[in-house]
Amino acid sequence: MSKQGVPSSDAVDQPVLVKAVSISKRFGEVLANDSVDLTIREGEIHALLGENGAGKSTLVKILYGALEQTSGDIVWRGNTVKIANPADARTLGVGMVFQHFSLFEALSVADNIALALPKDTDLKALPERIISVSKKYGLPLDPNAMVADLPVGVRQRIEIVRCLLQEPSLLIMDEPTSVLTPQEADELFKTLQRLASEGCAILYISHRLEEVQRICQRATIMRHGKVVNECDPRQETPASLARMMVGADVHAIKSTSEITTGNPLITLRDLNLPADNAFGIELKDINLEVFAGEVVGIAGIAANGQSELFDAISGERRVENVHAVNLLGVPVGKKKINPRRKLGAAFVPEERLGHGAVPGFRLSDNVMLTRFSTEPSLLLRGILKRGNAAEMEQRIKVNYDVRMTHDNPEARSLSGGNLQKFVVGRELDRKPRVMVINQPTWGVDAGAAALIRQALIDLARTGAAVLVISQDLDEIYEVSDRIAVISRGQLSPAEPANVMTRERIGMLMAGMGEKNTSKSDEGQAHAARA
Amino acid sequence: MRLELEKRSEHSALMTVLSPVVALGLTVVAGGILFAAMGYNPGEALYAFFIEPLTNQWSIEELLVKAGPLILIAVGLSVCFLSNNWNIGAEGQFTIGALAGSMIPILFHEYTGPMAMPLMVLMGALGGMVWASVPAFLKTRFGTNEILTSLMLVYVAQFLLDYLVRGPWRDPDGFNFPESRIFDDAHTLMTLGDGRLHLGFVFALVAVFVIWFMLSQTLKGFEIKVMGETPRAGRFAGFSHRGIVWFGFMVSGAFAGIAGMAEVSGSIGQLTPVISPGYGFTAIIVAFLGRLNPIGIVFAGLLLALSYIGGESAQVALGLSDKITRVFQGMLLFFVLACDTLILYRIRLIKSAPKAGGAHERA
Amino acid sequence: MSALEPILLTIITASTPLLLAAIGELITERSGVLNLGVEGMMIVGAVMGFAITAMSGSPYLGVVASMFAGMAMALLFGFLTLNLMTNQVATGLALTILGLGLSGMLGEAFIGQPGIKLPVLHIPGLSDIPFIGTVLLSQDILVYISLALVAAVYYFLFKTRAGLVIRAVGDNHTSAHALGYSVLKVRYLAVLFGGACSGLAGGYLSLVYTPQWVEGMTAGRGWIALALVVFASWRPLRLLVGAYLFGAVSVLQFHAQAAGIGLPSQLMSALPYLATIVVLVIISRNQAVTRANTPACLGRPFSPDR
Repeated sequence: MSKQGVPSSDAVDQPVLVKAVSISKRFGEVLANDSVDLTIREGEIHALLGENGAGKSTLVKILYGALEQTSGDIVWRGNTVKIANPADARTLGVGMVFQHFSLFEALSVADNIALALPKDTDLKALPERIISVSKKYGLPLDPNAMVADLPVGVRQRIEIVRCLLQEPSLLIMDEPTSVLTPQEADELFKTLQRLASEGCAILYISHRLEEVQRICQRATIMRHGKVVNECDPRQETPASLARMMVGADVHAIKSTSEITTGNPLITLRDLNLPADNAFGIELKDINLEVFAGEVVGIAGIAANGQSELFDAISGERRVENVHAVNLLGVPVGKKKINPRRKLGAAFVPEERLGHGAVPGFRLSDNVMLTRFSTEPSLLLRGILKRGNAAEMEQRIKVNYDVRMTHDNPEARSLSGGNLQKFVVGRELDRKPRVMVINQPTWGVDAGAAALIRQALIDLARTGAAVLVISQDLDEIYEVSDRIAVISRGQLSPAEPANVMTRERIGMLMAGMGEKNTSKSDEGQAHAARA
Repeated sequence: MRLELEKRSEHSALMTVLSPVVALGLTVVAGGILFAAMGYNPGEALYAFFIEPLTNQWSIEELLVKAGPLILIAVGLSVCFLSNNWNIGAEGQFTIGALAGSMIPILFHEYTGPMAMPLMVLMGALGGMVWASVPAFLKTRFGTNEILTSLMLVYVAQFLLDYLVRGPWRDPDGFNFPESRIFDDAHTLMTLGDGRLHLGFVFALVAVFVIWFMLSQTLKGFEIKVMGETPRAGRFAGFSHRGIVWFGFMVSGAFAGIAGMAEVSGSIGQLTPVISPGYGFTAIIVAFLGRLNPIGIVFAGLLLALSYIGGESAQVALGLSDKITRVFQGMLLFFVLACDTLILYRIRLIKSAPKAGGAHERA
Repeated sequence: MSALEPILLTIITASTPLLLAAIGELITERSGVLNLGVEGMMIVGAVMGFAITAMSGSPYLGVVASMFAGMAMALLFGFLTLNLMTNQVATGLALTILGLGLSGMLGEAFIGQPGIKLPVLHIPGLSDIPFIGTVLLSQDILVYISLALVAAVYYFLFKTRAGLVIRAVGDNHTSAHALGYSVLKVRYLAVLFGGACSGLAGGYLSLVYTPQWVEGMTAGRGWIALALVVFASWRPLRLLVGAYLFGAVSVLQFHAQAAGIGLPSQLMSALPYLATIVVLVIISRNQAVTRANTPACLGRPFSPDR
């Protein structure tokens, strides 16, 4: 935006906008960035690739002034600069769209944008500026709307418009498509390409290789805090990019045997559940059957009723109609979570710290948390048998490769991936006949993710019914035999994975399948098995 | 220079034990400074406050008499606080427990049978529970903030006590003094030792053991801690939010009620307009100083009881105001809370300017 | 009219301390900090106001002293909850316990001493207008300050950028930090403002309401002020209504006692506390309103590293 008319097709010969030179950042014992170099040219869309924990976010936060580097320099248009805080960054011309939005739900769109603008901004003229910028870049917004009332996709637009009003020379986008439907993502790409053609550089952080190949001219790949490679992603294959990210071939998940499905073990029939708070989603007429031996994936964009659906199946929230939820042939709509566990069902929620596990409790006590009701060895007339819980903890640790610095630590001290392996392992260790899992590998490194996905498939092949709720489409495709899509509290019929194209899922995510959820669910399921 | 906290990956076991000790040390130092500022010799004053009461039998017995209600109430409160329920109206529950426990000695004073005493204890417990049930009910039914409701009921309880001892329960032979009749021997708690120490202290020790066992060994204790730390995980474990609110308030209400009943029956021997030197509030300090752990609460209760006796002792020895007691108690709680930070954080001094500070002025 | 005038005057006197304390706490809570130590800050303000007035002879110096006393207490609270990230509920209680103790000790020398009342500001011409002048325009400076504060806080919160920042910090401190606002600085200022107002409220008690020092003279008004903030759903104009409603209840209770209604005086005295409970219940029954207005970060400690 700052320089009009700079061609963006290939920016290799464009002047360098910003250079990070040998940036290091230390957090206590951990070296999150280790002499990182990065060069971004004007008008280019530059990908920053890497697994979770590779150091991408740290680097970006340093560029945005939210963190201070331990050593190294940032050179902006040829001058070494000190970016002490986000305001400094914005003055230079750096804008950032956060992965977890930095929005204020109780405030209006205009107020949210005003907070990010310089102090002397004319607030009266702001709504008009918002409208004109949002029109120019195809990002429709109502300045007077309350953020709390807006869907996720619109919230991202606020973040983007907020940046654009500052006319940035560098726009940083942190995993922007993770909350968008494929169609919404296409719209975003158009906006980004338009911006780049006007000379604005874009640093695009992602682990989605297809996107990166599609829109980026350069890619810097990070692993374990270091830059391991720089390339033109258009010249690479997804496999070669993945190899650079992970450092080894990611072994593909394999479905071991032919699927043989049995009886339905999870049956949802006309499941309705009102929203439990102002920001909640209402579940409407949900129908689904998951058969023994199969994995059903539920795709959907964040906050479309996934956690409500999980709560209704797990019994954390109960429903009026007993028959709306049926697990292992027993109507359980009004039963609490432990009676459902006793039937042989296991549940892994999205939030591992604070929902699936108590942060300040040792792992053995966290074993107790979900298993005291089903393991007679853990509880004798109301008295806890902690020794037996510790034995189970040891078993889970070994079987599911949970790494820890010392024995039986507090849950909070584990890394995300290790804690997830523990939380999933804790339930798999029971050999459940029904498994419901929400976001199985959110924020987990590739190795642990592969292990968890494989374990879920293996569980299904032993005759269990596995329901995977995930916002990660790649994951859905990797594990699912059938796929359904949740959108605004409604669930599309589950269809065989091989007939569900990305495009179709995208349409369903955008709400195309709503209201016509017929009884075709069963028919299709049977057809699939036939 | 600025202070920065660095989060530890786990609770520091060392600091968990050390924090109350450091807090006590800081309180003593601050107290010395305070005494010096008031023109007293800090050594002398601190001796009179903290050591002298421990040098004679009478004071030690008095110490246990005062520690009894503090420990009993604080142990109940620890259950409440651990489950993240903020019952700060123990003073009111104490008062109503005392009133309910006094019904037999005042209204049915002819009844002196062997069941009189157990009934009085039961009434005391019920009285405290009834008073605690109001904030519990309002919280579970309407989501009303229990801090404010439980506290408001303290004032209401005190007006009720005042009304009764000046009105219907006033001793007909008491020359119009605002006091109830003096309790019959059968309605007076059994005493131990020289006669000041009564069964109330034993109640406190029993409560300590029961709650210690419950918290450390049973599913109920596990449930309390889970619900206090992460209610969402508690729901995932199948625990009920309402259930735990009621449980916490009922236990703390019952214990405070028994303490109130024991105070009038064991120590005072009749109802008067003032029956507590703020035990219900001081017990909050005891609970925190004892790290919400029943064993810790025993030590904390003794220490806070010492602050009452020490205040009196310093008044006698040096002519100091006994109001200093409350200041010490307040300081102690402040230092405990500050030191507890060390359990989960390391403190570092950093020399650069704050990072995000005043960002916008320059934009 | 003449019978109504004294009642209205006492209602103003009873409402002003509640309004002062509550408007300060409103700002504190809007920034996301729950300071339950209002009672403690108030009582220290009361004793310092009285002491300085007694020593200097100037009630205006006393007013200033009470304000700084409240701020000093608030500073202590801020250091613990903001720097050391202690539990706000427990720290607020500690502040109240410490304040009651400190005030008892500091005030011992002043018990029984006659106080000096903060004078009424006589506005020539206006104060003599019947009724309006004699009731509304014959007040001391703190009454005018309390009313001006309501208007100022309303304007500040909803019409200025600084007010927007306070609301933003209270709504989502992580986002505010990410945008480069100093959560700590904003909250410190809000806590200090709350302390100043609570101190003034205490000063009003010992310089106007009953111009003398009585131990524990706040008598739970700090807690009632906290309830008023909830009642007003964190809105300044509603707070004004709430404070005057409460002032009226407590005054009518006095007049009912004086009129010799057959009820025991203790029951009447308990009325404001019971009314507080009733009001809290009514407010919390309407969850939708409360939830939508409660600052989302209220009571949650902020640490920049996460």
